[in-house]
Amino acid sequence: MSNEVFTGAESVIRSLELLGIEDVFGLPGGAILPTYDPLMDSKKIRHILVRHEQGAGHAAEGYASATGRLGVCIATSGPGATNLVTAIADAYMDSVPLLAITGQVGSKLIGTDAFQEADIVGITMPITKHSFLVTNAADIPETIAAAVMIATTGRPGPVLVDITKDAQQGKAEFVWPPKVDLAGYKPVTKPHGKQIQAAAQLIAESKKPVLYVGGGVVRSGAHKELLKLAELIGAPVVTTLMARGAFPDSHKQNLGMPGMHGTVPAVTALQKSDLLITLGARFDDRVTGDVKSFATGAKVIHVDIDPAEIGKIRFADVPIVGDAKEVITELNAELPSVLKSAKPDLSEWWKFIDGLVERYPLGYTPAGDGKLAPQHVIERIGELSGPEAIYAAGVGQHQMWSAQFIKYERPNAWLNSGGAGTMGYSVPAAMGAKVGQPDRLVWAIDGDGCFQMTNQELATCAINNIPIKVAIINNSSLGMVRQWQTLFYNQRYSNTDLHTGTDALMIPDFVKLAEAYGCLGIRVEKEEEIDKAIMLAIETNDRPVVIDFIVSRDAMVWPMVAAGVSNDEVQYARDAAPIWDGEE
Amino acid sequence: MSRHVLSLLVEDKPGILTRVAALFARRGFNIESLAVGTTEVEGLSRITVVVGVDSAPLEQVTKQLNKLINVIKVVELEADQAVARDHMLIKVKTDSSTRSAVLEAVTLFRARVIDVVSDALIIEVTGDTAKCAAFIKVLEPFGIKELVQSGVLAIGRGSKSITEKVLK
Repeated sequence: MSNEVFTGAESVIRSLELLGIEDVFGLPGGAILPTYDPLMDSKKIRHILVRHEQGAGHAAEGYASATGRLGVCIATSGPGATNLVTAIADAYMDSVPLLAITGQVGSKLIGTDAFQEADIVGITMPITKHSFLVTNAADIPETIAAAVMIATTGRPGPVLVDITKDAQQGKAEFVWPPKVDLAGYKPVTKPHGKQIQAAAQLIAESKKPVLYVGGGVVRSGAHKELLKLAELIGAPVVTTLMARGAFPDSHKQNLGMPGMHGTVPAVTALQKSDLLITLGARFDDRVTGDVKSFATGAKVIHVDIDPAEIGKIRFADVPIVGDAKEVITELNAELPSVLKSAKPDLSEWWKFIDGLVERYPLGYTPAGDGKLAPQHVIERIGELSGPEAIYAAGVGQHQMWSAQFIKYERPNAWLNSGGAGTMGYSVPAAMGAKVGQPDRLVWAIDGDGCFQMTNQELATCAINNIPIKVAIINNSSLGMVRQWQTLFYNQRYSNTDLHTGTDALMIPDFVKLAEAYGCLGIRVEKEEEIDKAIMLAIETNDRPVVIDFIVSRDAMVWPMVAAGVSNDEVQYARDAAPIWDGEE
Repeated sequence: MSRHVLSLLVEDKPGILTRVAALFARRGFNIESLAVGTTEVEGLSRITVVVGVDSAPLEQVTKQLNKLINVIKVVELEADQAVARDHMLIKVKTDSSTRSAVLEAVTLFRARVIDVVSDALIIEVTGDTAKCAAFIKVLEPFGIKELVQSGVLAIGRGSKSITEKVLK
C-alpha cells in the first residue's frame, strides 16, 4: 500500500499506528530520542509520560489486563531498559500481552561498554516470550508486526524489541503490510476432537467433579462459554487468584478462590474431588500446596494453550492443547448428548460441599486495637463501587483480602500480580487500566509498603487527567511478612515495621504526599468515616484520590495453608482446622 | 538418569545458541553435549544436544524447546533409528619404543594420524561414544597430552530429512 521512504523512527510509529496501537507508556532518553520525535506528531497514538520506567511497564500491563488488548511501553537503553525488567518478568509470569520497545546504543558501539549500554535482549531472555535486536531500519516494520503477533496470540506474553539508535536514524522504504514469517511459531488453538470426547466421557463418569478455572479463561475471553459449561455439568467452580471474575461470584456454583488463602470449600473441593476439569490453570504451588498430597483421588482433564503446562506439575489423564474458548465451546457441543444417556448424580457431592460452605464462610473479626479492620474497608470499597469497577491490587495481605472480600462478576475487573508477586504493581497498573477504560471507576488497593515503591506515578495521573482512586490499607508494616513472622518466627518482627501509621513516626504522611502530588488526600481512622470517604473518592474525578485507611496491623489473612504443607492442613483461622465429619 | 539425543532444527538467528543453552540452565535440565552447525538449507542450523533426564522431564525439555520461537522442530533420535558420532583429536606422547604400539591401536580403531613430530602424534578418531571412550583407555598408558572433542553429531537413518516437512 505504501513505498515511501521513512526513517526507522518514523517506521516504528507508523507500524504501531497501523497495528491499531492507541496508547503507549514511556520515558525518553538518548538512545530512543529519534523515535520520540515522530511520536510527537502522531495523531493516533497517545503517549503517557511516566516518572519511572517500571511504572510504564506496569501501566502497560494494567492497560492490557483491563482491556484484553496489547499493552505497550517504551524506554531508552541501559537503565531505562533495565527499569522495565520487573514489569516484563511480571507480564511473563501472568501471560500479559506486552510489547516493550527499547532504544539501544548505535550498532557500532554494541559490545564496547558504551554509555547507557546494557544487553537488554540478553537480560530479558528468560522473562520474555521472545525478543528482537534490530540494527537496520528496513527490518523495523516486520519486527514490530512479528512482535505484536507473538505477544498477542497463543499464550500471551511480553515481547521486547530493542532498536539501535542508527536503525532509528537510518532510512528505508516502508513496506506495509510486512511479510511476517515465523516458521517456528504455530500456536495450536483448536483442540483435538478425540480429546474432547475423552474429556466428555470422564465428566459423565465423575461423581465429584470440580471446575478448576485459571487465568487462561480470562485471557481467552471464555467466561460466557465457561458459564454454560459449568451449568451443563452442574459442578462446583473454583477461580484461582488470576481467574477471579472469570465466573460470577454471585453464582451458587462458585466456591471462590482455592490455594494458600483460598476458601475452605474451594480448597477442600479440589482436595476431595475425583475429577479436576482444569481450564487455563497451571497447578501453581500456591494452589496445590504440597503437590504429592494434592487431590490424590482425582483424575485430571487439563486444558491449556501452552503444551508445556500440561504434565509439567501434575499428570493429565486427558490433555487438551487449545485455546480455552475454543475448547470449552467444543465441550459444550459434545457434552449434552453424552450427559443425556448418563448424567451423573452430584447430589451427595453437593451435600458435602454445601456443608462446608455453610460452616466455613469467609469472615473476619473486628480489630482488637481500636483500628479499622482491613477486610471491612476492602469489603466496603467493593460494595460501594460495584462489579463494573476495576480493582488493581499490590502484593500481600491487602491483595488476598481484595481477592476474598470483593465480589467479582466479570473478567478483567480484577488486576493483580499473581505469579511474580510484584510489590508496587497496583498504582501504575490502575493508571494503565484507567487509560484503557476511562469510563470505569478504577481503584488501586495498595499496602503502605507497596505504595511506597511506585507512588511517583500519582504525578503522571494528576497531570494527565487519569483520576484513579488509591486505597492504602495502612498497617504501618510489611503486613504479609509480618504475618509469617507472627506465625512461624516467634513474633520476632525483623525489618517489617514501616512507621507509616498515625501512632508511629508517620513517615511519610500519605495525605500530605497525596496533596503534594496534586491528589485529594483523605485519612480514615474511624469506622463511621469509611463509607463517606469512599463515596467522596468515587465522586471526585477532577484529580486522583488517595485514602489512607489506618488499619490494625494484627489482622491476618485466613484461611491459610502454610507453605509446602498439604492442603489437607488448611487452617480456617489460627489454630482452627476444619472438621471433616461424615466424609472419608 | 537416561540419555537422549535431541536434534533441533533452528533458524540461524543471533542468540539462538544462548536461548537454547539458557533454557537448559534455567529449567534445571542437564546438557551432556552440544554441537551446532549450518545445514543443507540456507538460514537453518542444526543443534544436536545430548540431554540426561528421566523420561517424564524429557517431554518437558522438548515442549520448552518448542516454545522458543526460533526453534522450528525438535526430534528425539532413538539409538536404533539414527547414527551418532563423536569426533576427537588426541595428542599422544610417543617415542621410538612406543610409536608402533600406538600406530597399531590407531589401525585397530580405524583412527587416523594427522600430524607427526618426534615425540608426539596427533590422532583423529570418529565413532560412537563407547568406541571413543575405549580408544582413550587404550591410549592413556602412553600419555595423552591433549584431547579435544566435538559434541555428539546424530542423524536419522533412511532417506528422509528433518528439513523436508518443515520446508513445505
